[in-house]
Amino acid sequence: MFKIEELKKSLLISLWFAFLTFPLLVIKVNPIERTVLWRWENMVYVAIGSFVISILVRLFYLHQERRRERVARGEITLGDPWIQTLLSEPRYLYPFSAAVLAVSLVFPFLFSTYQTNIMITALMYVVLGLGLNIVVGLAGLLDLGYVAFYAVGAYSYALLNYHFDIGFWMALPIGALLAALFGVLLGFPVLRLRGDYLAIVTLGFGEIIRLILENWNEFSQGPSGISNIPRPGLFGMELSLDQAILYLYYLMIAAVAFTIFVVNRLQDSRIGRAWVALREDEIACQAMGIDKRKTKLTAFALGATWAGIVGVIFAAKTTFINPASFTFLESAIILCIVVLGGMGSIFGVIVGALILILLPEHLRALSDYRMLAFGAVLVTMMIFRPQGVVANIRRSYRFESKVDGEAR
Amino acid sequence: MEYFIELFFSGLTRGSIYALIALGYTMVYGIIGLINFAHGEIYMIGAFTSFIVATVLSIYGFPLLSIVLLAGLAAAVWSASYGFTIERIAYRPLRQAPRLSALISAIGMSIFLQNYVLLAQTSDFQPFPELIPDFDFMEPYAHVVGSSDIVILLTTAVSMIALTLLIKFSRVGKAMRATSQDRTMAMLVGINVNNVISMTFIIGSALAAIGGMLIASHIGQINFFIGFIAGIKAFTAAVLGGIGSIPGAVLGGFVLGLTESFATGYVSSDYEDVFAFSLLVLILIFKPAGLLGREETQKV
Amino acid sequence: MSRPVLQVEGLSMDFGGIRAMCELDLEVDQGQIVALIGPNGAGKTTFFNCVTGIYNPTEGSIFLNPPDGGKAIRLNGLKPNQVTEKGMARTFQNIRLFQKMTVLENVMIGRHCRTRSYIAGAVFKTRATRREERQTVEISYQILEKVGLAEVVNELAENLPYGAQRRLEIARALATEPFLLLLDEPAAGMNPQETQELDDLIKRIRDEGHSILLIEHDMKLVMSLSDKIYVVDYGKKIAEGSPQQVSSDPAVIKAYLGEDIDA
Repeated sequence: MFKIEELKKSLLISLWFAFLTFPLLVIKVNPIERTVLWRWENMVYVAIGSFVISILVRLFYLHQERRRERVARGEITLGDPWIQTLLSEPRYLYPFSAAVLAVSLVFPFLFSTYQTNIMITALMYVVLGLGLNIVVGLAGLLDLGYVAFYAVGAYSYALLNYHFDIGFWMALPIGALLAALFGVLLGFPVLRLRGDYLAIVTLGFGEIIRLILENWNEFSQGPSGISNIPRPGLFGMELSLDQAILYLYYLMIAAVAFTIFVVNRLQDSRIGRAWVALREDEIACQAMGIDKRKTKLTAFALGATWAGIVGVIFAAKTTFINPASFTFLESAIILCIVVLGGMGSIFGVIVGALILILLPEHLRALSDYRMLAFGAVLVTMMIFRPQGVVANIRRSYRFESKVDGEAR
Repeated sequence: MEYFIELFFSGLTRGSIYALIALGYTMVYGIIGLINFAHGEIYMIGAFTSFIVATVLSIYGFPLLSIVLLAGLAAAVWSASYGFTIERIAYRPLRQAPRLSALISAIGMSIFLQNYVLLAQTSDFQPFPELIPDFDFMEPYAHVVGSSDIVILLTTAVSMIALTLLIKFSRVGKAMRATSQDRTMAMLVGINVNNVISMTFIIGSALAAIGGMLIASHIGQINFFIGFIAGIKAFTAAVLGGIGSIPGAVLGGFVLGLTESFATGYVSSDYEDVFAFSLLVLILIFKPAGLLGREETQKV
Repeated sequence: MSRPVLQVEGLSMDFGGIRAMCELDLEVDQGQIVALIGPNGAGKTTFFNCVTGIYNPTEGSIFLNPPDGGKAIRLNGLKPNQVTEKGMARTFQNIRLFQKMTVLENVMIGRHCRTRSYIAGAVFKTRATRREERQTVEISYQILEKVGLAEVVNELAENLPYGAQRRLEIARALATEPFLLLLDEPAAGMNPQETQELDDLIKRIRDEGHSILLIEHDMKLVMSLSDKIYVVDYGKKIAEGSPQQVSSDPAVIKAYLGEDIDA
């Protein structure tokens, strides 16, 4: 099935990559001891790896080509993937959701505290992903400084607690509100900006906030951060560490459920449709009577709210925060979750967060390659499957009679 | 006064490095309208390649001048190869895709390359061999301007003149200008647009690599993360000058370098990066066309 | 007593020193179909963009007079969405649908400025929101029936054939309840049969009480529909009047056929 020509091409590619990676992967110098380590085995790995990948990519394109031809000839039809059927048919969706809920409720009793703890982190990223999904996936505004709102939430709780002894449950709405406020503050100046400039400006904002937290010692205690942040209380009871983790776990389950509920309702509403329209075509959107400013600001504020909420929970979970937790890479991870899962798709984002956070935690060998993989995921998804693992499908309406249409 | 001159020269040095990197941003943006987020990483790879080559050669006892030339050549060749490869892999398939898809791909590439160097080499700061000796004739001025500052300024000036000539007079330069004005039309009159775009990445990357080597030898250490901040600052310079405009990138680089130098010298060095980021945000919001760029009219 | 629904006086638009449109006067009377024609690049779409608030005109005034006798509205300086809210909607020459949304959703977007529910309403699904949502769906569906797209309500807009996309653009504009509808080359790329259907559709829309201003190159359609025609060339008005008057106007013939031809 493969011609010699093709193999030759792949061979050339593999030679090219062997050359390309030669200085960085093969040579390792120790400038102090003045020794050179030649790691020729790496060159072999790269050559073989790039050969295999180039063949796989070619096969993928071939497969797609064939498939398209067969569809064009009418031999097969592009049916809904099973996952879409699962999500759009209530008779599958309800039992499925119930099963997922049941598993997540008994999870801490099936697995160790350590596992539960990791799951809490993953769930936090689920909420962060769903929040960013409003801004990036629905409204199409590429926000690279999302972590700033996360930081606002975390620092609101840490500082309010430090100065005024305000508890977790009080701090939660305050953190959310402050984050939303920051969302609006950031949103205002960037309203007029084009997509890629907006991305860079939000990146700049995110970094500015982190750098301020790092340098303004009187305010944020600088790089050393704030410690001894209390865990959330349960009607004034003292909780042991294990109990606190259990409590946080259920808190996160509730937070995820709440987020899904709200985002789902928003998505199918007047404002949700306006976001998508804004993403699709800004000019047409305005010409249809949608206030661009208001719609964008709402997206920013609502997206930021979730980051604020998770920020407060994060501070409560780790009991210690410093600016190092809020770097650009954190924003990139959350963006990666949204892109991998599928922009605009709630289920996709959940799957994306669970894959990207749980996988490297469980496969320790992988964890060194975590960020490498995240970068690769962003590129690969954009090239091969920009709609994500679980594509967002639009809601369909059924009309009973032709005269008075009625929504299902 | 002496302090002022010292700051002035350090600003010029910074500025010329920013300008060298900014050229890559501005050329790529001019031609395919993409913010090549991975460009800072190209610069970092250039610095790393020259670090490796220079160290190896110095261990094997090569004379200094040959080390400098070979390290510079290696940095330029490999950075250019990386630039070329990145465009082929991450940007070319997305040329018809929405702008944001290509930008996300570029961000992914940047993260990938950063961690690639981290894993292939090390996360620690590495001491960079001193490639530029202190010249004797510079002795009397050494307290205000170092030899490496002069070398950096001269190299930058030569690179820029060469680039300007290339773009003004060479065949490929004309093809580049044509492509940046109207890609479809350039294609119709027989310009191989793919080659032109590849060429743009190659030239931009080589310039960044030279900048990387110069600044690394000037500062004396490197690590895998230097590309991020340098990239952002160079992008700021490019936007400041007017993205897409080559003289703009140079001007923007110097303006940013000088203001940064004076601000850190006279005000405070704590907020050096905050300052650059704020400048970036302010220009993009209030004057996105930059100093020398032209305003884009929205097509409806 | 009847005043024109759209009243444009001395409208000029400069782009960086180049005058794309020069002191154009134009009026659209209630219940009429008015056509704006002219060679490519004559400034017709620029005119639409100025009137609908996408561009801010350099000079001139634009007034909208609601046919219900409401106060005259000055449109200069209003944003596109405000213009639409005041009762004037448009379509685009190079179709600008929301590609990844369904046909029905595209029309529902048009209802946005006539509905009110917001975040709280959406999250709590209040009674008012539910009612509004139901109405939005109903009205949108009725409009789609009118333009003949009721069969494909759940298709993605990008999957529609060209002619259907043009009709969807009209449907989407109609959903904003305009009394004046601006159509930018609605028949572009349509085959003769589709154009005939479009002819009927536009007349039907007019008969329902909407006034229409259209840009069109298909002269057969323009002659069949229009009550009045404006001809522009190089940003200037060169003729106006009934179809008969305009088609025999020497200036128009010159603009269309060039100077060298003895017409």
